[in-house]
Amino acid sequence: MSEKEKTKGGKGLSFSQEGIVFLLTLALFVAFSIILPNFLTSGNVIALMRSVSILGMLALGMSLVVIGRGVDLTMVATLVVGVVWAVKLTNDGMPFGEALFYGGLLVSAFGLIVGLIVAFAEIPPIFTTLAMAPVIFGIGNPFLFKQDTHNAPRNVEWLGDLGFGATLGIPNTILVFGLVALVIHLILRYTRFGRSIYAMGDNPLAARMTGLPLRPIIVSQYIMTALVAYLVGLVILASNSGINSRLAYTTLVYDVLLVVVLGGIGLSGGRGGVRNVIVGTLFVGTLLSGMTILNLSLTAQNLIKSVVMMLALIADTLVNPRDEQTSQQGDI
Amino acid sequence: MSATDTLVRLRYRFLPDHMVGEILSKRWTDNAIPFTALVLTLAIFGNINPGMFSAFGLYDLAGQISEFGLLAIALTLVMISGGIDLSIGSVFALCALTVLTALNVYGLPLPVAVLLTLAVGAFCGAINGVLIGYMRLRAFLTTLVTLVMFRSIYEMILPKVATDIVLGMPDSVVWDNLGFSSFLGLPYAFYIAAVIAIVWHIVLSRSRPGWHIAAVGGARRSAHNAGINVRLVICLTYVFCGMMVAAAAILFAARLTSVGTDTGLGMEISVLTAVILGGTTLGGGRGSVAKALIGSVIVLIMTNGLLQMGVIGTVSALILGVVLLLAVWLDVRWVKNRQKLIDSSYVSPAYIQLKDEDTNTSVYTENDKLRNVETIGLGQVEGPEDVAVDRHGNVYSGSRHGEIHRWLAPDFKEHEIFAHIGGGTFGMNFDKDDNLVVCVGGMGLYMVTPEREVVKLTDETNRSWTSVIDDSRIQLADDLDIAPDGRVFFSEASIRYTVHDWPVDMIESRGNGRIICYDPRDGSTKTVLRNRIFPNGIVCLPDGESLLFNETWACRVCRYWFDGPNKGKVEVVLDGLPGYPDNINRASDGNYWVCLVGMRGPALDLAMTRPSFRRRMTRRVAPANWIYPNINTGCIIKITAEGEVLESIWDKGGVNHPMVTSCKEHEGHLYIGGVSNNRVGRWKIEGADPTWSSPVDYWGPKS
Repeated sequence: MSEKEKTKGGKGLSFSQEGIVFLLTLALFVAFSIILPNFLTSGNVIALMRSVSILGMLALGMSLVVIGRGVDLTMVATLVVGVVWAVKLTNDGMPFGEALFYGGLLVSAFGLIVGLIVAFAEIPPIFTTLAMAPVIFGIGNPFLFKQDTHNAPRNVEWLGDLGFGATLGIPNTILVFGLVALVIHLILRYTRFGRSIYAMGDNPLAARMTGLPLRPIIVSQYIMTALVAYLVGLVILASNSGINSRLAYTTLVYDVLLVVVLGGIGLSGGRGGVRNVIVGTLFVGTLLSGMTILNLSLTAQNLIKSVVMMLALIADTLVNPRDEQTSQQGDI
Repeated sequence: MSATDTLVRLRYRFLPDHMVGEILSKRWTDNAIPFTALVLTLAIFGNINPGMFSAFGLYDLAGQISEFGLLAIALTLVMISGGIDLSIGSVFALCALTVLTALNVYGLPLPVAVLLTLAVGAFCGAINGVLIGYMRLRAFLTTLVTLVMFRSIYEMILPKVATDIVLGMPDSVVWDNLGFSSFLGLPYAFYIAAVIAIVWHIVLSRSRPGWHIAAVGGARRSAHNAGINVRLVICLTYVFCGMMVAAAAILFAARLTSVGTDTGLGMEISVLTAVILGGTTLGGGRGSVAKALIGSVIVLIMTNGLLQMGVIGTVSALILGVVLLLAVWLDVRWVKNRQKLIDSSYVSPAYIQLKDEDTNTSVYTENDKLRNVETIGLGQVEGPEDVAVDRHGNVYSGSRHGEIHRWLAPDFKEHEIFAHIGGGTFGMNFDKDDNLVVCVGGMGLYMVTPEREVVKLTDETNRSWTSVIDDSRIQLADDLDIAPDGRVFFSEASIRYTVHDWPVDMIESRGNGRIICYDPRDGSTKTVLRNRIFPNGIVCLPDGESLLFNETWACRVCRYWFDGPNKGKVEVVLDGLPGYPDNINRASDGNYWVCLVGMRGPALDLAMTRPSFRRRMTRRVAPANWIYPNINTGCIIKITAEGEVLESIWDKGGVNHPMVTSCKEHEGHLYIGGVSNNRVGRWKIEGADPTWSSPVDYWGPKS
């Protein structure tokens, strides 16, 4: 099966969902370039990349758990609570580095709890993280901080560089995205831990019987995802010079999930990698950017986004049909 | 009997430990955890906030529950079939908008508006259903996308009609009553919702479409292979889900008469929470209306209670989240361990002190009289538990494969399948009109006419009020005989175990069996005698008012009077048999043939007086290593109706006829069946009347 898929991938991208989405992205890109005069300027392309790098990084973190047949809907809540708390500690007089360290500990603890619940209490991850998101935000909002908006500490130079600086003409935000992508790619492809995630996503029972430490892997997955989310929070803080805790109320996490799935990482696990996330990110980024330039209302943007996503899902199903004999039980 | 023995005997006689496992194995105990959570929630929030149980509090709660409960049932439908619908919040908003626009803006009559709204709900559901059911898209993602889609449409339409909705006034009394009037202290909406809920409960638990939904969710591939139209079923669950959401939206619109930008926002999360909290499994196969309602009430009471206590939004969400995770954790444990709990507590051995064997008599001395038995149909039949011989001398036997075999007289070389019944066939006898009445394991009492037509006589008897498990279905009919007036008396060996688990019933040796009477004159079936220890063979006595029956694990023969002055009396005729009696049948000299399927052993006899030992054995030792009765060696004995043993016939080597479970005498020969044999035996009886046949003797010569 995997051998067959490899040859399939080698022939070209056209027969996988990834390929379809990539072609759609190209088509959109060309269409926008022709219709919109401002679209193909290097400034706009870089702005596009910057705006989607946050979505992309979150999607990278999400892909770690999705490949292992999990899902993490707590990412945005974790990000908000961790970063806002660190900023508040700094504003209360703690050095920023130390505050960041404590924030990191906090988000690791959140990841640990989620992982423990999924791994040991055996509650389905979708439900665990659905329930944990308000729990995490509820711990944050009245107990760790009370305000909505928090400004970034002014005297931290590297934070400004991260948000607005550029290296060799490429914005640092995009570089961080690339770095995260590279690290996660290396982890997934070349470490025992990464291969274990694939094995687990493919068939958890078989992985367990083979002797893989399933539960520790699950727990570390969620801790890693929480840390990636924390890093994204830092980037948001840097590029907006502040952070608003109401971010946790948005549907950002669903956009992240859609990026992951559109790129071709199935929710049933065991498939896909960093390349899929990048393709998904580019697609959503191109679409958003074009619609912003077209000055469509948010509602209309949502409608178009959803229709395009539905078309992508349908195309995937037509190309890779599933039937009663092959579909997995409990695969929703 | 020592004092401790007496204590043990009394303890096992009067403490009903078998009920623990029986209660656990009831389907409704599946709701134990959610139900406990519901009671706890009611207790805690009722204490904190006494206003909840006031007339107004109940009225308010009932109104909310009718909408929320309908939504929960809608999602449950989809989730039982193995899907999920995240778009219900958007569909809800769209439907509420539709009904209000139809009534307030366009002034349509109420029935038209309601139908239109249901159609909108069904259409939205059909989009999901076609995409997920027929095009096989993934439910979670698809409905996540349609959630955004329907919401966008709602937000585009809403500003255009918002003012007209507020200004318009529908002139429908029914509509006003629906929203604001009450009946017996509860809003009308509550009664509507209750009727819908009951209908769905019946559909899901007691109808073919409902079972199809559960089958698809429980094992999609098996459902497909079993011939269920999986795609249609999945598609329809979404359509009905959409219609239910529309119904909830109508009730909501009637109550609030307006919609806003936040209508239905985030609703899918709270409904999903309620459904999962009630114990419906994500991924399909398990769920019910009751679960949905329990979950809805818990979620509503908690959110309302926290709101009234002035807890700020984020903290109340935190508390809800923690409680949810705890409840689901408990439920996951419960689902995982319930079957283990049932397995370890269902077998509940009882105390039984078997009477010592009679050692003064030499009648049981082993011999080789049975060695020269002829075989009929060697290799043609598997497991003939019982045999029968008709007036013409043809031999019939049952089989493990659910067929009735026939060998034609006089040489029994010609073999045919007389009839196919479909279940393991046990006891069989001819009635007055030469119909072959048969006990079929797992199916009940059947009859095969001489024209080979298979007729079901009965498979159900009256349910006893004190039994926890439903004992109305006949699952282990074992042997039968027919009284002169035509009534069929048959034994059901055990109501707690099916055919395959008969050895476990032996370990238990509780009075699990019963004798049932089927009356062909009015077609009624009635249990006449309960709590017998594996009642097996039955034979009616010529007096027309009593019968003999064997209690296998009690090693005794009893007599029961079903008519006459002694009606209802049971008397032990012969106790302390050296083996386990199976069937009993008439002999030509007025006595009775009893087959002993296996012989007793001292270890098992001792174990029978140590119920706690046997219980420990069933819990700690694999079933293959339990101590079981020996059913390899048996013999045939002849007894009088008063219980005197006249002779015994053995085959020590078991060469020609390995085991005996039944025998019927006909024209000087004994025809022998054995439940693990591959043949029927025929043995010449020394000195027997060569013209005697059971049907002629019992029913008289055929005119």
